[in-house]
Amino acid sequence: MKLYEVFIRSRRGLDHKHTGSLHAENPQQALEYARDIYTRRSEGISIWVVNSSDIVASQESDCESFYDPHDDKPYRHAAHYQLPDEVNNM
Amino acid sequence: MSVEVKSEQEVVFQKRIDAEEKIEPKDWMPEKYRQTLIRQMSQHAHSEVIGMQPEGNWLTRAPTLHRKCILLAKVQDEGGHGLYLYSAAETLGISRDELVKALHDGVAKYASIFNYPALTWADIGAIGWLVDGAAIVNQISLQRTSYGPYARSMVRICKEESFHQRQGYQIMMTLTQGSHEQKAMAQDALDRFWWPSLMMFGPHDAESAHSAQSMKWKIKRQSNDELRQKFIDQSVKQADVIGLKIPDPALKWNTDRGHYDIGEIDWSEFARVIKGDGPCNRQRLQHHNRIHAEGAWVRDAVAAYEAKHKQRSTKAA
Repeated sequence: MKLYEVFIRSRRGLDHKHTGSLHAENPQQALEYARDIYTRRSEGISIWVVNSSDIVASQESDCESFYDPHDDKPYRHAAHYQLPDEVNNM
Repeated sequence: MSVEVKSEQEVVFQKRIDAEEKIEPKDWMPEKYRQTLIRQMSQHAHSEVIGMQPEGNWLTRAPTLHRKCILLAKVQDEGGHGLYLYSAAETLGISRDELVKALHDGVAKYASIFNYPALTWADIGAIGWLVDGAAIVNQISLQRTSYGPYARSMVRICKEESFHQRQGYQIMMTLTQGSHEQKAMAQDALDRFWWPSLMMFGPHDAESAHSAQSMKWKIKRQSNDELRQKFIDQSVKQADVIGLKIPDPALKWNTDRGHYDIGEIDWSEFARVIKGDGPCNRQRLQHHNRIHAEGAWVRDAVAAYEAKHKQRSTKAA
């Protein structure tokens, strides 16, 4: 059987969040299993199932080449700009 | 029969909205709700992308390397915000190609403020402080909009926008602490951008064509005039702190209302710019069209690369 990743939206307005995985023969079956396994206590109102093999993931070890330019750009953050106290809530 | 079923769905839909629940992509929704969202979200996305032009104009001329890095980061953010919003709009069943085509055909609009040129470095300050400032007031309110994907992109965007307004204000502040000419340049930018910034909130409530239904559907959460007032009240103080003067002789604190009163907005200018006769309307669209056409080879190359890869992997198998 194939491995599926399960994502659950716990409440309207929130993003689907990864909850776990399971084995199933096809997507429809995966959806039903996910309902049985992960939402027994009303944990969600919407479920996504995705073939695990379809997920393309970056690796933490790739960090340097993948994310490197981020740390030396403090000017991307609001706190980098010092403003007078009276207007600092901007 | 289908009419009855529909109205029942509509009742459920409105109840959900009245209960402050979000509408999500696979829910039933009235066609008009979907169309209104597509119009508003695509207009919002186009504004982010067209808004890159007046600022992009100053990338090579920013006064220091540091200012250039900041401006690059900001313009990059605007492109990213456009992408968040296009993707959110696509959950309503419209394609990116259709959205871009509507912009090029002049069917879809973008914020009229971007039809004004950025003539001086101080304009980059004014744009960050006032134009982004006005956008933030609007976007904070839209974090509570009824369509889930739109609300979530607003949360993400608001988080990133704060730096935009602060860097703009800091440019203005620095200029006001400089020479006589620099201070005059900052005042001139405020003079030119003040009124168009107030127009960003749209017509007065009484004149606003789409407002009533959008408020009922909670696509809009606060009226044009309420949001505009919030922006005016905060900006007056911010101008005062750096010694700049709001270009409105009628501006006056109203103790009864607890807000500032302002003079009359020139709505004929607003109508003219929206209709296409602002200082840069033609240039903005021509530029977008040209860049889109010139970028076709990149899209083709990506597709060709993918096709070649597929061919290779089937051969190998």
